[in-house]
Amino acid sequence: MLSIKNLTVNVNDKQILKGINLEIKPGEIHAIMGPNGSGKSTLSHILSGKAGYTVTGGSVSYQGKDLLEMAPEIRAREGVFLAFQYPVEIPGVSNIYLLKAALNSIRKHHGQSEVDAMDFLTLVKDKVRLLEMDEKFLYRAVNEGFSGGEKKRNEILQMAILEPKLCILDETDSGLDIDALKVVAEGVNSLRAADRSFVMVTHYQRLLDYIKPDFVHVLAHGQIVKSGGAELALELEEKGYSWVEDSKAAV
Amino acid sequence: MTTAIASRYTAEYSTIAPTLPGQNLAWLTALRQQALTKFSAQGFPSLREEEWRYTNVSAIEKKLFSPSLIGQAQDIVPTDLLASYQLPDAWSVVLIDGHYCAELSVLEGLPATVTVMSIADALAQQPEIVERYINQAVNNDEHSLVAFNTAWFTDGLFVHVPAKVILEKPVQVLHVSTQGDLLASTRTVIVAEDMADIKVIETFVGLDIAYLSAAVTEVFVGLNADVTLYKMQCESDKAYHFCGIYVKQAKDARFTHHNFAFGALLARCDIHTDLDLASECELNGLYLGVNRQHIDNHTRINHLKPHGISRELYKGVLDDRARGVFQGRVIVAEDAQKTDSQMNNRNLLLSNDAEADTKPQLEIYADDVKCAHGVTVGQLDEKSIFYLQSRCVDEETARNMLTFAFANEMVDKIKIKSLHDQALEQVLIRFPQAGINKEWL
Ligand SMILES: Nc1ncnc2c1ncn2[C@@H]1O[C@H](COP(=O)(O)OP(=O)(O)OP(=O)(O)O)[C@@H](O)[C@H]1O
Ligand SMILES: [Mg+2]
Repeated sequence: MLSIKNLTVNVNDKQILKGINLEIKPGEIHAIMGPNGSGKSTLSHILSGKAGYTVTGGSVSYQGKDLLEMAPEIRAREGVFLAFQYPVEIPGVSNIYLLKAALNSIRKHHGQSEVDAMDFLTLVKDKVRLLEMDEKFLYRAVNEGFSGGEKKRNEILQMAILEPKLCILDETDSGLDIDALKVVAEGVNSLRAADRSFVMVTHYQRLLDYIKPDFVHVLAHGQIVKSGGAELALELEEKGYSWVEDSKAAV
Repeated sequence: MTTAIASRYTAEYSTIAPTLPGQNLAWLTALRQQALTKFSAQGFPSLREEEWRYTNVSAIEKKLFSPSLIGQAQDIVPTDLLASYQLPDAWSVVLIDGHYCAELSVLEGLPATVTVMSIADALAQQPEIVERYINQAVNNDEHSLVAFNTAWFTDGLFVHVPAKVILEKPVQVLHVSTQGDLLASTRTVIVAEDMADIKVIETFVGLDIAYLSAAVTEVFVGLNADVTLYKMQCESDKAYHFCGIYVKQAKDARFTHHNFAFGALLARCDIHTDLDLASECELNGLYLGVNRQHIDNHTRINHLKPHGISRELYKGVLDDRARGVFQGRVIVAEDAQKTDSQMNNRNLLLSNDAEADTKPQLEIYADDVKCAHGVTVGQLDEKSIFYLQSRCVDEETARNMLTFAFANEMVDKIKIKSLHDQALEQVLIRFPQAGINKEWL
């Protein structure tokens, strides 16, 4: 699904990612943890194609194609989805309009016809219910005036409707109360499939109680310093990041 | 210098004067004469005047626009313009080249107590009541285009709604210009007595020719009355447009204005409102400039008494070499304690050659008030563009969507369906709309 090889990235001539290696197979869930400023969001942004970063070395291949060559919207249409750490407010564009535009772009990209208006509404309302949101949110401007938790839920709603192949969740759990976390986790779990992979960036073991990862990686100072199974997250919670940062130094 | 140019207009005046409405009314001829004298002395506004420093009107001085005489032309009915702009769900008064056209106007079914007629008819049928209001909301010290209008107005609209009457349908005054080098000078007076409620739409359109529209509107909002005024300025892109709207709000009165400036080569609009005790006003504006359009909006909110509330939001989208000007003044008199006022002006520049000049001015003489203002001039937000791209939308469409969305916030404030759709169409035709799906909006 995704293969990152020795990826190095600069921002304003400052090296942020210092040789990332990561293999993600279809159906897998990978958690990425790590201290503030270690480069987690940078990695998420690079995968979704945000401008302002310079790739200085390495490669990223997605479903056998060079991901870094693709425009952001092409990546999205090919199935890469980033749930933003800080979703952007778009006044004047309604949620439902954006969902329709996005879904139809994907369909067009795959040579399919525009979605039937009734089918679309049924699909959207289904997912709204799944995420225990109010239908009114559909007709509000994208994220405008949404609370922190509502924005995160809205990201997952989009994900549920667009059915991407590679889902990158950048701290979707931050700022969610326990009930919202459960709802979001349920939403994510309902999307689990043999041909769909997840990268979950998080600071908290809490999320991983609900969505069990196959692998946990620790990103520190722009490098993956430790990888392990789900139990690594528990260990991190107990001992803190300094433990792995130190262990890396000791290697 | 200025007077020399003005005198070209005044020289013509004696031939035109006998054709102007209300010639038999001594008070009106005196008023017109006074205005003529003032205009002769001052000429058109100049860049040296603080309120006109961004807007150069010398282009209209080079031409001599003439008021169309009654009976002249009008044989070509601009059916296309009427079809596009005359609102089906409103009473309408149609003014062609500054003259009332009864055949095209729709006034059937008006409540008997309500007056909606051309101001020429009102001056003939009920001059006392017109006299009570005309030139009472606008100050004689205003810029000389007001005097110009007072001297030259050939017709216009008169609306009178008695106390407690709520008019079911809106009233539209449709100004249509069909002749080149024409001066269409019109005066509108709207009176809503205590607790009355009315919505009026002023629409300005014209054929694809150069002409000059000079319109003055006076609005009187009675005790606890409610007036919503819409302005749709869709003039020809060769036209010059000047408009002044002067409002007097009584105690507890509410006034809402939606100012859509889409057309004209050079457009200037002044909106002044005086608020009494606990009155409220809301001024909304959207100006879209393309090519070399110059669009100037000038607002003045005058809080004279305590507990007034004012909300103002003007948005501009400027492309190519267009220039937008916003000057917004809020004055809070010493007596106007507990005033609550917010003014905002946001400009979106789509090209490097486009320009926005914005000048909010707060003059506060009271000490216990809540007044805020903010201005922005900027480009589309790159973060928003990326967000849309990450949701499968290509960059061009994302830009178009964001531009549209920026403008559409103002369009969505329109409560009259047919007018809303008209404004939406205007926004869509003025900017690239590739990727925007109208059916989904
Ligand atoms: N545009 C930028 N200009 C300069 N420095 C940047 C820029 N973007 C990111 N950085 C820096 O890159 C580093 C990694 O940032 P990033 O946002 O990827 O961290 P993170 O791991 O997501 O942190 P957090 O847990 O706080 O979300 C930080 O030191 C940050 O300051
Ligand atoms: Mg981050």
